Amino acid sequence: MQSTLFHRAAAGLTALMISGMTYASDWTERSNLDLRPGVTEVSQDIQDLHTTVLWIVTVIGLLVFGLIVVSMIRHRRSKNPNPATFHEHVLLEVLWTVIPFIILIAMAVPATRVLVQLDDTAESALTVKVTGYRWKWSYEYLTYEDDNDIGVSFFSNLATPPEQYNNPVLSGGLFPYGTAKDLVGKEAPEKDHNYQLTVDNKLVIPSGQKVRFLVTSDDVIHSFWIPDFGGKKDAIPGFVNEMWALVPEGKEGTYYGQCAELCGKNHAFMPIAVEVVTQDDFKAWIAEEKEKAASGPDLTPFSDLDQAMEEGQQVYASACALCHGANGEGGIGLPFAGTDFATKSEHLNEHIDVLVNGRAAMPAFKAQLTPRQIAAVVTYERNAFGNDTGDLIQPADVNDHE
Amino acid sequence: MSTAAATHDDHHDHHHAPTGLKRWLFSTNHKDIGTLYLWFSFAMFLVGGFMAMVIRAELLEPGMQFVDPEFFNQMTTVHGLVMVFGAVMPATVGLANWMIPLMIGAPDMALPRMNNWSFWILPFAFGILIFAVLMSAFGAGNPSAPNFGWTFYAPLSTKYGPASTDLFILSVHMMGISSIMGAINVVVTVFNMRAPGMTLMKMPLFVWTWLITAFLLIAVIPVLAGVVTMMLTDRHFGTSFFDAAGGGDPVLFQHVFWFFGHPEVYIMILPSFGIVSAIIPAFARKPLFGYASMVYATASIALLSFVVWAHHMFTVGMPLAGTLFFMYMTMLISVPTGVKVFNWVATMWRGSMTFELPMKWAIAFVILFTCGGLSGLMLAITPVDFQYHDTYFVVAHFHYVLVTGAIFSIFAAAYYWLPKWSGVMPSKLLGELHFWNSLISANLLFFPMHFVGLAGMPRRYADYALQFADYNFWISIGGFWFGLSQVIFLVVAVRCAMKKGEPAPAKPWEGAEGLEWEVPSPAPFHTFDTPPVVK
Repeated sequence: MQSTLFHRAAAGLTALMISGMTYASDWTERSNLDLRPGVTEVSQDIQDLHTTVLWIVTVIGLLVFGLIVVSMIRHRRSKNPNPATFHEHVLLEVLWTVIPFIILIAMAVPATRVLVQLDDTAESALTVKVTGYRWKWSYEYLTYEDDNDIGVSFFSNLATPPEQYNNPVLSGGLFPYGTAKDLVGKEAPEKDHNYQLTVDNKLVIPSGQKVRFLVTSDDVIHSFWIPDFGGKKDAIPGFVNEMWALVPEGKEGTYYGQCAELCGKNHAFMPIAVEVVTQDDFKAWIAEEKEKAASGPDLTPFSDLDQAMEEGQQVYASACALCHGANGEGGIGLPFAGTDFATKSEHLNEHIDVLVNGRAAMPAFKAQLTPRQIAAVVTYERNAFGNDTGDLIQPADVNDHE
Repeated sequence: MSTAAATHDDHHDHHHAPTGLKRWLFSTNHKDIGTLYLWFSFAMFLVGGFMAMVIRAELLEPGMQFVDPEFFNQMTTVHGLVMVFGAVMPATVGLANWMIPLMIGAPDMALPRMNNWSFWILPFAFGILIFAVLMSAFGAGNPSAPNFGWTFYAPLSTKYGPASTDLFILSVHMMGISSIMGAINVVVTVFNMRAPGMTLMKMPLFVWTWLITAFLLIAVIPVLAGVVTMMLTDRHFGTSFFDAAGGGDPVLFQHVFWFFGHPEVYIMILPSFGIVSAIIPAFARKPLFGYASMVYATASIALLSFVVWAHHMFTVGMPLAGTLFFMYMTMLISVPTGVKVFNWVATMWRGSMTFELPMKWAIAFVILFTCGGLSGLMLAITPVDFQYHDTYFVVAHFHYVLVTGAIFSIFAAAYYWLPKWSGVMPSKLLGELHFWNSLISANLLFFPMHFVGLAGMPRRYADYALQFADYNFWISIGGFWFGLSQVIFLVVAVRCAMKKGEPAPAKPWEGAEGLEWEVPSPAPFHTFDTPPVVK
């Protein structure tokens, strides 16, 4: 394993040597050296401000360090055996108090202007409520133009599969939850281009229109950050913070962001992906989503156990594996493999109930998953990881559950 | 550094001082207690450093390789707590204990028994915290150690905190009691025990900066105690200070925490200003430029530190007016800080400099601390801070001011005063190795953090997107190198403690000034029984 690690390190070194700075709208092809200009006007103002301030501090720094270096060369004992004795100089002291003060004012003026602009969330075309959860985001479309009753909302989970990031080289006490012990020594699959950034459901917004985000949280504090839109806002339980973005027309594409406030175990595993589309495409998309939301849940029964298992496996990987372990061995959440809870028939109803309504640290999933998904995943948990109950739960069973 | 052992029976000492373990457990001697503080802080520096090694090992390349993300969070949390409260603060208290009485011509600290207690609380406080980590790593079921970051924001640390949060609260209370007692001791000593003729404006700058630090400690440590107590009652006694569901306010936590936290930053750096203001004149052979303005600048920094706390929370959604106020105040801090840097440069200017080890560390401090200060100015610009906030840019900034700032100055102090403490000169060869390795590796470690931060890597991430991989690899290499380099200092210190090395004269540095150089090296167990007269 050591040599593998060494090889990877060597590969990293080579990549560093041949990579230069590249600028592109794709997150992974961005500069890895400087603040990115982003796509909105505000984010570009911020970048300009950053560049200005960076130059100012660089010049100040070089001036001060230059003086130190000159002094170290010219005023060493071998060059200057008799030290001067001065220890104050009123004019100099006044100057180096007043001049920095003036420089500060010069920086404060543009900073204030951008800040005032950032604060103005008025006259937005679309309002989306963004809620942080441990460890996923949910997006609820509230108003768009004259439509105040959209009723479209969904959750957005990390789509990078665990096999890509679980590649342990050690085991034992350093794995408090033991989730990765089985993976020791196994080669991890190639990492995707957008490793740790892709999600299952992207936030979709139109270009050329001001979008207002109402940012809040369901549990701990998260922070909603899309660098290309300029800045972040904390998602705080019990508070609704506002931020806005206006992506110009012609800049359609996918933009990525990440949670920026420590929110627990999987803080690094709840990215944000925004798909910016033209207004026409957005209208078509929202109409389609509205129709789906209006038609009620899909209660078509599963044709057989295999079909439910297949769908359940996907749901488990995106919604359950982070806490309950990729193999049902448990973690922050309780284990399933071989437990009474997941194998005894008297716990079946309770099993559905915990998913629908939550219990203690386990969140309620009725808002996050469809009855079909809940039915599939309960079926999966009772028939995978060595469990073999044969229970097949149908969407209607979940939908009837209070 | 445990040197006074050999000298406690000199002619000043008429009673039989205890020996062995009892000597250290029951000591009321400022030198012994200073030594205890210094060894303790170095031990904590190595413990916290080991945790940093775990963090850097995990971040060497993308993916989870060594630890679970949960354990990773515990490492970042306890690394921060151990370094702030266990390494930097006790090290400066140790320096204060050793040097303040010697510098002002006092026989001891004013409250020697309290001095003993304030030290001996610390090993127990950190024992509790580290016990939680050991339980997490090796205990059955791996119960989580504190995992909410050293800033322990609610509700992650209250409603969602692990059981060990209560150990953390107890531990922080104990550290706080220790700090407050240490601070009271400094204030009382400085105001009551100065030698005749030692007016306030004649005090060495180290004493001044520590006096101001002590006032900051007395003002803000109770606030820290308050916030952890509010956490405790939220967790166990049904209050809802920080729980919105009960009518409380999670943002209140951050206001109270940072009202402590920002002055805390200056508590860690002000003594460093004093150290560097002693060392640079000594090796430039020229008086400190602008002594009075140094004192006033230190006092203004301390006062301003009470009105800038919310610059740590620009993204919580404060009203525009509040945001602007905190932005302007924060920018203002760079004026007195700039004055200090300019004064140091002016002290070096037209001096007659030599570059012994303390001077090397001090100059490295001035340059690298200034780097941290300049990135601090960038962070003050609020709209841009919306991008920098909670990224590695912030991590780079505070490691520049705390590692290449505070810790470098503590090493400068150690090399400067080790001859006085131990009676032998620290090894030049090992000292040079320690300095150059630390200097280069610290920059390899912390400078690229600016780049990954600007590129958008959030802090406290156990795994990261692929474009951050190249720099993180080098940051980790710098981290391991810096960590290993500190082992060299362990050898330097042990050699001095064992009296291995060239014997030191009373005043080993030609240009050094101050009362501490008028007593023999090593400093006898009791000094200034008869106060010296300062003209």
